[in-house]
Amino acid sequence: MTSLLSKIREVMVGWNAGRVTLPYPAAPAPPPPRFRGRPIFDATKCIGCAGCANNCPAREILVYDVCQEIRILKYLGRRCTYCGRCADVCPEGAITMSGEFENATPAIGDIEQRLELFMSTCQRCGRCFTEPSPLEQLKLKGYRFDDLEHDRWVFRSQGYLENSPVVDDLTIELD
Amino acid sequence: MLKKICQKMLRRSLWVYHANSGGCNGCDIEVLNVLTPYYDAERFGIKLVGSPRHADVMLCQGPAMRSTACALRRAYEAMPAPKLVFAIGSCACGGGLWHDSYSVLGPVEKLLPVDFYIPGCPPRPEAILYGVAAAAGLVDKKVAPVRFKQAEFPIPRYHPEHLRGRGELVVYEKAERV
Repeated sequence: MTSLLSKIREVMVGWNAGRVTLPYPAAPAPPPPRFRGRPIFDATKCIGCAGCANNCPAREILVYDVCQEIRILKYLGRRCTYCGRCADVCPEGAITMSGEFENATPAIGDIEQRLELFMSTCQRCGRCFTEPSPLEQLKLKGYRFDDLEHDRWVFRSQGYLENSPVVDDLTIELD
Repeated sequence: MLKKICQKMLRRSLWVYHANSGGCNGCDIEVLNVLTPYYDAERFGIKLVGSPRHADVMLCQGPAMRSTACALRRAYEAMPAPKLVFAIGSCACGGGLWHDSYSVLGPVEKLLPVDFYIPGCPPRPEAILYGVAAAAGLVDKKVAPVRFKQAEFPIPRYHPEHLRGRGELVVYEKAERV
């Protein structure tokens, strides 16, 4: 008798609690306001300073030059931990941490973002503007550089070494 | 075709096996959170089983590591034939923060063929639920690769050695286009 009463009590407790399950895939569930989701790169504001690539702890932002004028910023997002450091260091505010969390995909390339940035060059000589002192010139291309083809990463861009061009580099005439 | 076969073969409930190959337990907690009544993945027939021999889906958390690579591979081979692998978390999707460490081989897809990726560190329970629902065909995926160009090719490039005097004007003889 007592066991039956306890069962009835249990049913009443469940009845009073009501339904707690979220109707999630049918109804949207907005994230909390300070949630950091997928970073969104704004190509109209980006100046190509590679600060985000330098500060990414997972090294998922790659910056490389295909030629003098075009610099490519690639966000792969595979091992991105959504820490928001790229958005913190961006001087132009071009990276915003959005609230997107529904990133599930059957192909991992779907979360990639690729910006082709136009770096302004001198109208007379066609080259990029260089830094004034040799030390700053050394620092100019010294950001981290990941070799996507061979799945390894090196610390130094090979752009200054002769006869060893950057990945899918176009031939830059050395005059 | 493959989808149809999968839907026919996996018509009934998906039983998931939960394999952690060296993660930090963050994704484990979120996966167990999905199975609680609040998020209730059992609506979709998902049930957690303890053995890979009973499972249809393997939920991989953590990167492929040197110490657990054999065990993970053996657990995958022990699953019966129509099998799926979900990579949950940024470790399983891309190798995690320590992808270049000596003990980490990289993402799980270096060992197993991964069918579905759920990135996040850890992914929210809603994100895991969304991934499972998307894999089951209940919702559509939302992400797509983004490409943006600030300038279009070809860009004219002028060289001073191509300057030629022509009458009163000094013009560029040819403009190289990159």
